Amino acid sequence: MALTKEQIAQRIAKELKDGYYVNLGIGIPTLVANYIPIEMNVVLQSENGLLGMGPFPFEGEEDPDLINAGKQTITTVPGSAFFDSALSFGMIRAGKVDLTVLGAMEVSETGDIANWKIPGKMVKGMGGAMDLVASAKNIIVAMMHTNPKGESKLLPKCTLPLTGVNCVKKIVSDLAVLDVTDIGFKLLERAPGISVEEIKSKTAGKLIIEGEIPEIQF
Amino acid sequence: MSKVVKGAAEAIWDINDGATLMLGGFGLCGIPENCIAALVKKGVKQLTCISNNAGVDDFGIGLMLQQKQVKKMISSYVGENAEFERQMLSGELEVELIPQGTLATRCMAAGYGMPAIYTPAGVGTEVANGKEVRNFDGKDYLLEHAFKADFAIVKAWKGDTFGNLIYKETARNFNPLMAMAGKITIAEVEELLPAGQLHPNIIHTPGIYIHRIFQGINYEKRIEQKTIRKKV
Repeated sequence: MALTKEQIAQRIAKELKDGYYVNLGIGIPTLVANYIPIEMNVVLQSENGLLGMGPFPFEGEEDPDLINAGKQTITTVPGSAFFDSALSFGMIRAGKVDLTVLGAMEVSETGDIANWKIPGKMVKGMGGAMDLVASAKNIIVAMMHTNPKGESKLLPKCTLPLTGVNCVKKIVSDLAVLDVTDIGFKLLERAPGISVEEIKSKTAGKLIIEGEIPEIQF
Repeated sequence: MSKVVKGAAEAIWDINDGATLMLGGFGLCGIPENCIAALVKKGVKQLTCISNNAGVDDFGIGLMLQQKQVKKMISSYVGENAEFERQMLSGELEVELIPQGTLATRCMAAGYGMPAIYTPAGVGTEVANGKEVRNFDGKDYLLEHAFKADFAIVKAWKGDTFGNLIYKETARNFNPLMAMAGKITIAEVEELLPAGQLHPNIIHTPGIYIHRIFQGINYEKRIEQKTIRKKV
């Protein structure tokens, strides 16, 4: 069975370490916050100017001056801090954020990512994505393995306008966990019940398979 | 000379057709609602607006787009606005999309008196087209210039009669950066206090950057994406 969006998020949460500062993008990455182990001290950065993002507020407690980068109402946790947008991207650029999780429309076998523009169709802008991918030490992409047409999103080369080059380190898709290495996508784990053959057929970029590929454990 | 003006209409009196404006805010959070309303009322046109977002169809900068007052928009993200998309695709509206951190830092550079900055954001993408690339310690960076804006219009939580400002929570965002960057900076605040009432330790924007200040009225503070969790 392919992973659900929640399961993708749950698997990514296993990459978290105690003390990490983490920036979660919009979509599946946001769900990672639901799976942070309770004993772990992880601080969430929201690039509109907050460290220490908490859960969504209860009805009636929402505050229009307190939102996340997806413009959703949120809360803060004890020990949080507010700052302006230049400082926010300053800490990102300076490599202080330990892990960035974001979605993608395409990833290439050399770690290029495209996620901000479909010429002639979707022109919403890159927001903070280009800044994040240009500077983050560790970037995990959370996405479906194929697009709605069934075409692979893991390509030899991106076809859409790029967000950043040679920056993605790991991909967690609904079918597999892969590292982006110097020689291509290295298959690490497969979704329960999904065969290596199926992953192979749905990965257009160079896929490296070494030995037995274990199923994803949660 | 007092920096205090009566209201938004007086604050924007000399903003005319063709001006370049910076407008603070992230989404609809921390936007200068009073000044936007006054600009719509005044009907100035051919504006170049530097703002992270372009509002929604019927609020924020979206109100100025409805009246076709904006010639060019410089933003990082412009989703959630159908009229914006229509004007952009029809060619009525010129749009320059730039990375959010680059936008913030180009404002900051202006306020710090620096002509340009180097940033890695956009290297190897179409954002890099026509820009100087320089390698520092093995990594490529783009040269990005400080913004020049005739007016910066910002929204703060509290301000004093000297123009000192503090912002609330994530309504801070681009406001202090743009406040530093305008040739003339206008600040609207929820609460205007006599100088001395805000402790010097907690000032976010020193009054030297602010030319006009007033206490705004009737803040709607519309929420773009109300998201809540259920009580268990």
